[in-house]
Amino acid sequence: MNLIILGVNHKTAPVEIREKLAFSEKHLEETFSALHNYPELKEKVILSTCNRVEIYARVGNIDEGIKRLKDFIYKYHKINDGELENFFYTYFTEDAIEHLFKVSSSLDSMVVGEPQILGQVKDAYSLAKESRATGMILNQLFEKAFSVAKKVRNETRIAESAVSVSYAAVELAKKIFGDIEGKTIMVIGAGEMSELAARHLLSSGAKGILVSNRTFDKAVELARDLKGSAIRFDSIEDELVRTDIAITSTGAPHFIIKKDMIERVIHKRRNKPIFFIDIAVPRDVEPAINEIENVFLYDIDDLQNVVNVNIKEREKESEKALEIIKKEVGQFLNWIDGLEVVPTIAALREKAEAVRLKELEEAFSKLGSVSDKERLVIDNLTSAIINKLLHEPTVNLKKQIESTDGHWYIKVVRHLFNLE
Amino acid sequence: MKILFGITLFFYFLSMVKYFSYLAIRRKMLFIIATVSISTGFIFHTALLVARSMATGHGPYATTFEYYSFFSWVLVLVYLIAEIRYKIKDLGSFVIPIAFISLAYAFFLSRYTSDTAPVVQFWLTIHRTLSFIGYAALALTFGVGIMYIIQESQLKSRHPGTFYHRLPSLEILDDINRKAVDIGFPLITLGFISGIIWARQRDGFFSLDFKRTILMVITWSTYGTLFFGRIIAGWRGRKAARFVVYGFMVVIIAYMVHIY
Repeated sequence: MNLIILGVNHKTAPVEIREKLAFSEKHLEETFSALHNYPELKEKVILSTCNRVEIYARVGNIDEGIKRLKDFIYKYHKINDGELENFFYTYFTEDAIEHLFKVSSSLDSMVVGEPQILGQVKDAYSLAKESRATGMILNQLFEKAFSVAKKVRNETRIAESAVSVSYAAVELAKKIFGDIEGKTIMVIGAGEMSELAARHLLSSGAKGILVSNRTFDKAVELARDLKGSAIRFDSIEDELVRTDIAITSTGAPHFIIKKDMIERVIHKRRNKPIFFIDIAVPRDVEPAINEIENVFLYDIDDLQNVVNVNIKEREKESEKALEIIKKEVGQFLNWIDGLEVVPTIAALREKAEAVRLKELEEAFSKLGSVSDKERLVIDNLTSAIINKLLHEPTVNLKKQIESTDGHWYIKVVRHLFNLE
Repeated sequence: MKILFGITLFFYFLSMVKYFSYLAIRRKMLFIIATVSISTGFIFHTALLVARSMATGHGPYATTFEYYSFFSWVLVLVYLIAEIRYKIKDLGSFVIPIAFISLAYAFFLSRYTSDTAPVVQFWLTIHRTLSFIGYAALALTFGVGIMYIIQESQLKSRHPGTFYHRLPSLEILDDINRKAVDIGFPLITLGFISGIIWARQRDGFFSLDFKRTILMVITWSTYGTLFFGRIIAGWRGRKAARFVVYGFMVVIIAYMVHIY
């Protein structure tokens, strides 16, 4: 059983190369029909995302298989032979299985633990399956890869923490308020970043949004976009009393939110916590307000720092994930070994032969005196019946192993005849 | 009964260790083992209390051994309720050790009962029951208060670390804190009053031991300040968390000098 992977990814090739090699989903049908011209490539899946282009294949001979795959890629993309040789990586058998498990578990991604890749691998697989490019082995391999990815997600914290600034802000808000639901947000200063953070908070269940901007018209405009209400710039202090999360991003050269102001606000709020997210540079919020109890302040650098720590945490978790993957690779190899069709056929024949010999012995003992010639005829007769009966199942079983549900045939045969 | 005690103590210990390991390495299995252990321990503990009450003919309030054992039992009960209600997986690491230590400490204490008149026993039972439930609620706030202080300092530092991810939100911790004090403070207040009545009936006059009274007043006024501070001035958050942590330290000191 030879599995191979030929590919490029964000680590081995710059985007100019990756886009040259990419396969678009639109032309997938002709891509696969081109691939079908290579009979050495018995099963194949093409995974093409913005960060990687990989072809997975089952082949008879590894070297031959790699050669064919390269040939296919060069011809398909009209690239000169050997031109991009240095960007490619190849994996065989055990390493190939491990690589696929890593990719689908998002260990090989640019941002480790990002959730999109699993969906992309699933799409790639089902497209190949629809084009009848996969068979029993790749089907089983990809199904396994999906369950491994799920296991990694459940058993490690690889995807637990936020790795973008706006999600980090939401995560912090959740650690302060428990639940964003019903919380009121204020956006001070209309900007892309603050709008994005506000949208994340809204989708987490925030109740209402207040928008303030130095030019009131802009505030009205953004408020309409976010389905909130605009407030006057000079009423910020009053409105903060009913605000739980404030996002500031004005272009003001000085602090807009000052410590004495927040001291008054927090008193009026009866110490209900308030969270400031200051993404403006220069900053809008006086850093000293973080000293006030029940007031929390994060500026853009703090958020970036949280993100960096989370990324490191994910990388640490990927070691745990790797352990899981190694175990699963071992299991999959066992499965491959176990499903070989030859032992099944051998067992089937052995069983038939055992039955024949036993019945023969009983028959002879009942018959009593039988001449050697008669004995030989009866012996040959029983052998012939068994051989004729088993001939077609044997041939068909060998044929079916190439098909999509090959392993089911083996399972059924083993079950029907009660073979070990 | 010795066997029941041993089994209970073993399960509490096992549960405590598993909660700690869960806090450290986050394997779901550890949390499940911890929860199963504490529940199993609790069942044996209940059996122990029932068996002992049947043998002695009175509730578990007569000897110092019984106080600590009973306190531990109530605390585990309160913990299990909080666990089911709030589903905070790390609460166990902060509460179960108190229950374990209390029970383990009981092992070294007197098991002998001294006889008291029946009417006195009535007030004694009221006094002990109310006080123990009250203190168990306050012990819970101690654990939750520590969690709050850690989480708050993580958030304030602006460089949140491991605990930031593992501990629950400030809001939930503050909420448990408030509810537990709302229950615990009235109970210990009633506990004090019934204690005074009991002492009066036993001795025939108001006999207030000076040392005992001072500690009682300190405990009561600490929680009282917080209780009314919350209502009147809207105290919450770190201030409230500090109050409950200091308050429970006073309770522990008071217990240590054996005055309750």
